[in-house]
Amino acid sequence: MPFIPHTETDVQQMLTSIGVSDIADLFDEIPAELRIGSLDKIPTGLNEMAMSRLMHERAAGPQPLCFIGAGAYEHHIPAAIWEIVTRGEFYSAYTPYQAEASQGTLQLIYEYQTMMAHLTGMEASNASLYDGASGLAEAVLMAVRANRKSKSKRILMPATVNPAYRRVAQTIVENQGITLEVVDYQPGSGAIDTASLPAEPGDVAALVIPQPNFFGVLEEVNGLTDWAHAHGMLVIAVVNPTSLALLTPPGEWGEQGADIVCGEGQPLGVPLAGGGPYFGFMCCNLKHVRQMPGRIVGRTVDADGKPGFALTLQAREQHIRRSKATSNICTNQGLVVAAATIYMTLLGAQGLHKVALKSHQNRQALCEQLQMIDGVTSAFASASFHEFVIQFDGVSADEVLDRLLAEGILGGFNLSADYPALGEAILVCATETKTEADISAYQSALSRVMETLKGSAA
Amino acid sequence: MSNAPSHLRYTRSHEWIETISDGTYRIGISDHAQDLLGDMVFIELPEVGSTVSASDECAVVESVKAASDVYSPLSGEIIEINEALEDSPDLVNRDPYGDGWLFTVKASDSSELDELMSADEYVVLTNEE
Amino acid sequence: MTRNTIDSPQDGVIFEKSHRGRSNSCQAPQLNATETAVPLSIPASLLRKSAPLLPEVSEMQAVRHFTRLSQKNFSIDTHFYPLGSCTMKYNPRACNRLAMLPGFLNYHPLAPVETGQGFMACLYELQEILKEVTGMKAVSLTPMAGAQGEFAGMAMIRAYHDARGDTARCEVICPDAAHGTNPATAVMCGYKVKEIPTRADGDIDIEALKEAIGPQTAGIMLTNPSTVGVFERRITEIAKIVHDAGGLLYYDGANLNAILGKVRPGDMGFDVIHMNLHKTFSTPHGGGGPGAGPVGVSERLMPFLPVPMVDSSGDHYRWLTRKDRPQSIGQLSAFAGNAGVLMRAYIYARLLGREGMPRIAEYSVLNANYMMVELQKRGFDLAFPSRRATHEFIVTLKRQAKRLDVTAMDFAKRLLDYGYHAPTTYFPLLVPECFLIEPTETEDKETLDGFIDAMAKIQHEAETRAKMVRAAPYTLPSRRLDDVRAARELDIVWNSKE
Repeated sequence: MPFIPHTETDVQQMLTSIGVSDIADLFDEIPAELRIGSLDKIPTGLNEMAMSRLMHERAAGPQPLCFIGAGAYEHHIPAAIWEIVTRGEFYSAYTPYQAEASQGTLQLIYEYQTMMAHLTGMEASNASLYDGASGLAEAVLMAVRANRKSKSKRILMPATVNPAYRRVAQTIVENQGITLEVVDYQPGSGAIDTASLPAEPGDVAALVIPQPNFFGVLEEVNGLTDWAHAHGMLVIAVVNPTSLALLTPPGEWGEQGADIVCGEGQPLGVPLAGGGPYFGFMCCNLKHVRQMPGRIVGRTVDADGKPGFALTLQAREQHIRRSKATSNICTNQGLVVAAATIYMTLLGAQGLHKVALKSHQNRQALCEQLQMIDGVTSAFASASFHEFVIQFDGVSADEVLDRLLAEGILGGFNLSADYPALGEAILVCATETKTEADISAYQSALSRVMETLKGSAA
Repeated sequence: MSNAPSHLRYTRSHEWIETISDGTYRIGISDHAQDLLGDMVFIELPEVGSTVSASDECAVVESVKAASDVYSPLSGEIIEINEALEDSPDLVNRDPYGDGWLFTVKASDSSELDELMSADEYVVLTNEE
Repeated sequence: MTRNTIDSPQDGVIFEKSHRGRSNSCQAPQLNATETAVPLSIPASLLRKSAPLLPEVSEMQAVRHFTRLSQKNFSIDTHFYPLGSCTMKYNPRACNRLAMLPGFLNYHPLAPVETGQGFMACLYELQEILKEVTGMKAVSLTPMAGAQGEFAGMAMIRAYHDARGDTARCEVICPDAAHGTNPATAVMCGYKVKEIPTRADGDIDIEALKEAIGPQTAGIMLTNPSTVGVFERRITEIAKIVHDAGGLLYYDGANLNAILGKVRPGDMGFDVIHMNLHKTFSTPHGGGGPGAGPVGVSERLMPFLPVPMVDSSGDHYRWLTRKDRPQSIGQLSAFAGNAGVLMRAYIYARLLGREGMPRIAEYSVLNANYMMVELQKRGFDLAFPSRRATHEFIVTLKRQAKRLDVTAMDFAKRLLDYGYHAPTTYFPLLVPECFLIEPTETEDKETLDGFIDAMAKIQHEAETRAKMVRAAPYTLPSRRLDDVRAARELDIVWNSKE
């Protein structure tokens, strides 16, 4: 029997001890009319060899060169990371409820919290949330709780925040009467127009600031932060962790810094894997730490006075606070956080800076080359991190992407559905994984595609 | 058998009430309550100047293993809070009826005081628990 | 007794091992000589002024540090881990290996589905398997954990009532023994929580339910087998009471392992359920996640399922989004949930097959009942002695706490010294000094006997050397930790100033 160790003798001894004659007797409290027969629609079991063959077949297929970003980024993942992460002692342990028997996981989370706090320029970090999108939703709920000056449930949510994140935040906060009000972007720059922000925004709990924003464009984070604070709002920063090796950390934005920082941790050593598991990170300053959702690990001492680690501030959490908890979140994304912690350790500040810089430089090179193609224009001339938007003149973005795929290239993410005002436009990403040859390959493929499409249109 | 000074009044939810002057009352949690909750790690207090109604939740006492709401026994305005608890929440454990007080209320309806228990009644309640 | 481990200089935090200038040039990209270290295209006001404090260590230092950390954990692969309500069963290695094939790992979530048909096929088939084994009409895989599944479930209940214009329903009923996530979830969905008591035999108090229910009731959240480790025998009657009042029934799938392939939540009358794939379907707990909490629904809640879902026409698979399902409660994750976890669950389900699923219930229930009876024979008190165990059961150490001043926590810590992870302690809250013990089906009889012997030995120690037991553990990387200090003198981020 797969994964069940019992011999016939074991079973007989156990049944005798219990005082029943058959395993079926152990289910005698379940009303007979509820019991079912066989599960006909489920296939019969496969052994490991057959399953392995099936999965290899399903994993097979061409792997096109990927220039899609839009919230999930292809970075090099050092080999050591997942070798360590999938050790049974990390892989098959649970939430560290018995601290003495979980010092490995607890110390790792403490080190993770430290790295995230320093990366974002904040004083505190939790042990992670599910992903960047749900992390933003939790940040919104936290801001409404934490903003003591405001009684408002209004949140200003720029249109330059990842549309998927905005949808998720909507799903999660709407039942609590919180409203997300859209702040538009300037068509020319692709960033929030600081000059057109209202002088009297009224009572608002928080402003969300993405950096870089969904278009890859850098927002005027300093001015936005100061504007929000001047009007009694908290600032929620949504950031890309790789970019923070290069860009001002949210803790240093404007005069006072952001209040809550969240984002998607996937770029830190986590494979694309069809969308997950990733993890959301969340940081804040100590004055708001009791409003933060999720697990937090603290360093303390044991009975011998030796340093050790334990879950702390647990009274915020659902298992103690029940209906008054900060969130219903129970687990974090522990294993994925372990990967990110090892990633940041292996790269260090210098290595992460190189990843960020190389990605940025590749983006600059690719953007420059693509916009030289006839019928292709770069949508925004603003400073950007590792993504950019290009628009196609007179041809459909879907058509372009299909034809690029036929040439072995995933050209980008089609923006037409989320941003119809941009026309036929795609979001393109270049990370450090792309070589000069890759960039040239994209350029020549897109040239051919545009020529063909233009030709057939004419 | 818990310690419950006879000059105080008590609620079923384990708050005590001390008359400071006519119309002004100091509130804390009983020795029995602090003993049940264990070592305090954080006390969340109401804002000075806020108004409360009797049986409103207006503070939270938090230990490692539990967090418990504190209800205002009286309606009125919060006129003072025990700021020492911010750095030393353990005062609630060490001296629940003295330095571990939580907040002071200027009551708008002193007749609410009649609803509260005497020390003897409270001790009977805690012995039942 | 003293600690039997020796403090090693290797045991500090990673930052203490850091030396300025040490780096792994192999792990980072090479920059061209012509490329500047400062990107001129970005205004100086947006650039970082000083480097973040991250460790500067060699690759080997990093590997050794984290390998040594891993060795400070108890885990299923190294220890019996009978944590009640958590289903700590063996996580087959094949599930991990096959889910990590490069074709799956390199698949971008926004890549056209044509390039990921194999991946989509696995997810679609998983949806179908979960439908069949729970008796629900449709399944969405997207919730990323049990608690998010609960959220999706309650949000669907709300959307259902709202769609019918039935907006006066503002209350959700939970048993007092419910997981803390249940009331927390109800509040996140804008509901008030009404608790109802559990009877001495472990079943819900039906009279109290009848009193609590009314036109204000949106639904009830139940776990069956319940959190006290017994099967709720009057579930059909409960379902009728709730449905007659216009409410819906939510099933918390935490304890699905006990009934897999034996009885289905859909047949019991539940309208919506979440499953914890990291429990029943053996995906790794990973030191606290990632999990996966798919939701299944009855006919009437189908339009409201969270998106995306996988649809199949012939042998082509595609995502269903809000466009296809306009009444959906919406999206819960940036992409499609914890896909890699779903893949592991799929592989596990296929390895088991239809014949393997009921065996999960049979042998997990056999193991739990055997342990329950044997512990009782050794003098331990059961919380519900008149009942069968399901896949778990509760021992109460109230007598030991009162007579010997040795608590459930002390027993738990001492078990660690014997090489067993402790059961769940102090949950459910209504049983004093309790151990919730869940052995799972993958443990052999010798292991169970070893645990039972250890419990008996600790009982003896508690009677003869109580003080020693109260100070356990002795043999782990840490002695008992001061969690009061952890909360009062908050140290959650290491600072180099130290």
